[in-house]
Amino acid sequence: MAPTPGATRPAERRAERPAQRSQRLRHQLVAWGFIAPVAIYMIVFYAYPLFRNLDLSFRDYTLASFITGEAPFVGIANYVEVLRSPTFWPALGSTAVFTLGSIAVQFALGLALAVFFYRRFPLSTTLRALFLVPWLLPLLVSASIWAWMLNSDSGVVNAALAVFGISQVNWLTSPQTSMIGVLIANIWIGIPFNLVIMYAGLQNIPDEVYEASSLDGANAWQTFWRITFPMLRPVSAITLLLGLIYTLKVFDIIWIMTRGGPGDSSTTFAIWSYRLGFGGGSPDLSPAAAVGNLLIVIAFVFGIIYIRTQRRTEDEL
Amino acid sequence: MDKNRTARIVGATVLSGVFVAAALTGCSSTPSDNDSSGSTEYTLWDPYPDRDASSDWAKAIDACAADIGITIKRNAGNTGDTVKDLTTAAAGKLPDIAMVDNPKVSTLADAGLLTTTDDNGLDVSDIQENILTAGQIDGKTYGVPVGANTLGLYYNPAVLEAAGVDIASVTDGASLTAALEKVVASGKKGITFSAVGTEEGSFQFLPWFWGAGADLTALDSSEAVSALTLWTDWVKNGLAPQSVLQNTQGTSWDEFKTGEFGFAENGSWFKSDADAAGYKSIQIPGENGKPAPAPTGGEFITIPIQKDTARYATSVKIVKCLTEGNTGADSLGYVAPTAAGQEAQLAADPTLEGWVTAVGDAKPRTADNLGVKYGTISEQLYTAVQNALSGGSSPADALAAAQKAASEKLG
Repeated sequence: MAPTPGATRPAERRAERPAQRSQRLRHQLVAWGFIAPVAIYMIVFYAYPLFRNLDLSFRDYTLASFITGEAPFVGIANYVEVLRSPTFWPALGSTAVFTLGSIAVQFALGLALAVFFYRRFPLSTTLRALFLVPWLLPLLVSASIWAWMLNSDSGVVNAALAVFGISQVNWLTSPQTSMIGVLIANIWIGIPFNLVIMYAGLQNIPDEVYEASSLDGANAWQTFWRITFPMLRPVSAITLLLGLIYTLKVFDIIWIMTRGGPGDSSTTFAIWSYRLGFGGGSPDLSPAAAVGNLLIVIAFVFGIIYIRTQRRTEDEL
Repeated sequence: MDKNRTARIVGATVLSGVFVAAALTGCSSTPSDNDSSGSTEYTLWDPYPDRDASSDWAKAIDACAADIGITIKRNAGNTGDTVKDLTTAAAGKLPDIAMVDNPKVSTLADAGLLTTTDDNGLDVSDIQENILTAGQIDGKTYGVPVGANTLGLYYNPAVLEAAGVDIASVTDGASLTAALEKVVASGKKGITFSAVGTEEGSFQFLPWFWGAGADLTALDSSEAVSALTLWTDWVKNGLAPQSVLQNTQGTSWDEFKTGEFGFAENGSWFKSDADAAGYKSIQIPGENGKPAPAPTGGEFITIPIQKDTARYATSVKIVKCLTEGNTGADSLGYVAPTAAGQEAQLAADPTLEGWVTAVGDAKPRTADNLGVKYGTISEQLYTAVQNALSGGSSPADALAAAQKAASEKLG
């Protein structure tokens, strides 16, 4: 809300002359006029969809509801159904493995590459640009190509492994390995993002600090763990949070590569929500909305944790 | 510290972005303002965005419009999902004619969107009965098929000959497995099909399922287990590739067209492609030595509910025009829904005979009065197929779990 700088105590207001009052009113109207576009935009495109999704998850919304416009209120029944579903725990586990696994490896590799490219060397710019390619490709293209490469019978990955005498791995068609298959693809796609942000973060570390540490006789390892890594903390935190939110809702890669299968073996919450709502024969729109809301809650919790940590860091400094 | 603040602002912005990203499921409907009561313009929705105004299908519609003396405004929904479009349009204005994928007819009928033949006076007596049942629920008929396609067993004569397989010997699951073993022994690949974890997977499994004598109301029957064991053993023993778990029918056909495979289960819609490549087809063998009933595919022409019921009479004429004879079915590559239409098709192309017979033996997925329950059952069925073929669980366990889940959902 707009702060009202001209706010005065009631006693004084009564003493105001009409001309003053109308001017104040005009000021306020102008203020509201400026804020209105943003407020309306937020309400129409943010608040309303969110409210709709919440509303949907507390009702029994079926195809017939589209016609009759009636969807009985069922309280938390959809959430109970979702929690009791045999898919819930495996899907929660898959979501955790997929999200944390992706972020951990993406972050580690992105940071390693950022440090690697920090020292300029011939062709370093070209190489760095090449690392951005996964970011430029449409996800549909990346996911389809990974699905072909990881094909059990005729994929290039298995062909390469066969050269080393490793027998066929059913990357995407075995419940034991399907999660690894989609993880590999998602990590590959996520590395450039981590690389770019961490690289930018590195530029912000003052050279003097490095000079001082080298005068003190720190070796490369010590320099990284005592200077680079701690000074990257704010950037790391935002990278991890962005990565978390981005990965939590990943849908396209998994859907294209495995459709969440075989069985439920690579079904995350995002996939599950889609399957409930649009994938199967009978559209369970309300449970789908419930799963979607659980995802929002998870993202929200991590967001709060992030802001808390940020505050603490600021207090320390 | 400045950097910290920037980071926090970015964090907060991103957080608010998530809300929108995650709140995908909101739907809205805009009532349309063109009240066309008494107008001679009729609207027809179909799910064929790939068929433009110059296509045979569009011409068939125009010809019907000219015959009846009206204009038909065609809307080939760009989503290809008429069900989604119809349900969102429901609050406003429904089209006069809507073409719907046959297993979805019961869903729309259940939602109260469609008229029955009692309401609109459509005569369905000349439509082949087994195809028509997909549009029938509790004795009421909600639409007629524009035509039908179905699945068959394609084979590559060159591969079979080199492997010493006589196609006449393939009459049931065991003899087909023996043929596949010979093909694989000759250095080629056995069979490709689609066991993907979507409706397509169920569609492809049903001929074997029904052919073994199983019933969709009992997914865990011993007949069902034997059908799934047949598929599972093919994959386990290398007679079918692992890729069947991900294949759509399109990618499975691409595999077959490499010329490396002996057999492929696929649809009548690939007939002309198969003819060009020299592939032939038989009906899918059932367990009793007779051809198995395959599921029917293809759209139904339905007449959604209108405020102005006087429009039904003309809508019926349009439906009649598109389903009579073979023009409509031919333009879409389907087997015609009427005996007269099929005769005309056979006269034009005698090689269609196998497919006409197959459609005659076929069975709609929503038959046996399953109706809307089919969607729930099918989802469990393809999940069981995926679980068994991937080695996640045994065929018996996978089907038992599927039946349990289906019963729970259907109450």
